[in-house]
Amino acid sequence: MSLVVLNRRNLLISGGAVLASGVLAAGTSSLLLPARAEGLAPTESMTGGANNYRKGAPIVERIGKGGFWMSGTVRRAGDGAPLAGQRIQIWAHTVEGQEHEPQSHGATLTDKDGAFRLEMPQIIPIFGQPHGHLAYDSGEFKTVFLRPIMRSAKDASLEAHFVLQPA
Amino acid sequence: MIWAALALVIGVPVALAATSEQLAWRGPVYILAGFAGIIALGLVLVQPLLIGGVLPGLSAYRSRRVHHWIGGALILAVVIHVAGLWFTSPPDMIDALTFSSPTPFSPFGVIAMWAIFAVALLASMRRRLGLRLRTWRAVHIPLAIVIVIGAVVHCLLIEGTMETVSKAVLCAAVLAAAVKVMVDLWRKRMVRSENLARQ
Repeated sequence: MSLVVLNRRNLLISGGAVLASGVLAAGTSSLLLPARAEGLAPTESMTGGANNYRKGAPIVERIGKGGFWMSGTVRRAGDGAPLAGQRIQIWAHTVEGQEHEPQSHGATLTDKDGAFRLEMPQIIPIFGQPHGHLAYDSGEFKTVFLRPIMRSAKDASLEAHFVLQPA
Repeated sequence: MIWAALALVIGVPVALAATSEQLAWRGPVYILAGFAGIIALGLVLVQPLLIGGVLPGLSAYRSRRVHHWIGGALILAVVIHVAGLWFTSPPDMIDALTFSSPTPFSPFGVIAMWAIFAVALLASMRRRLGLRLRTWRAVHIPLAIVIVIGAVVHCLLIEGTMETVSKAVLCAAVLAAAVKVMVDLWRKRMVRSENLARQ
């Protein structure tokens, strides 16, 4: 399981959301969220996560010319089992287009380990923060919108992790 | 000397932002909105200097007149800033204005904006409301503090086109100018009330 680095900004802005996103060990989550002490808590959508979302972005090999990697995992709430074949939509303001423009959007599927990885153009700071957007919005599980922030605008990769609960 | 320093403190950050590589990835409206924000911060620096009589070559009367005009320019800059960002990404701007934005700097900017609008509205009605100088200051100074702190925090937390050091210097100058002028006003008032007490 990969860990997302918790820095001050993440903690300040979306500490709750990051913790709840299940990137920390299940034990920690259950300590912080006693109501779901029986297992891995589902990821909550992040504030602003759905901004400039375009429903139904096509599954692509790569968004634009690439050069930047968006990756993450998709697991099931409760037992944390990896979810294969889940469609994750990704978009951001990049060197090749603004957030709302179609060429800035694409989707990919998780592999058998529940992991996904999609190459896209370099994300640049927009509205004061270098950030990406990800969505799970396929119906089988509850829709989740994420808005992870890059530690540095120079980073060439970004991670986001989903823990989904049945719709 | 003071004029030259003022021109540098405002001019350098604007010039460095104009060389930012980020501009290449932005549309013209977004660029305009960003620069309107930087200019607005520069105007927030000029305002206390005018009213404190710090700028040489301007009479107290002229300074006050210019202070009013700059106030109007500040409104215009803020409106361009907000409208341009709204045009660039409506959902992000709506989040900011409704205080539901994920970005920690947004509420500071929005609060400063409302404080600026409030000052301008009150200033335009001051005569009609018959506000005396003392009452006016009791209203304007707290709002000015909100504007200065809001604008500085807003600006410092943003990762954008501004170069870090010149941005920090401009923000420090904004804070220093506001503090100096307010302390001076407060001292003058103390001296005056002491004099009154002696008489």
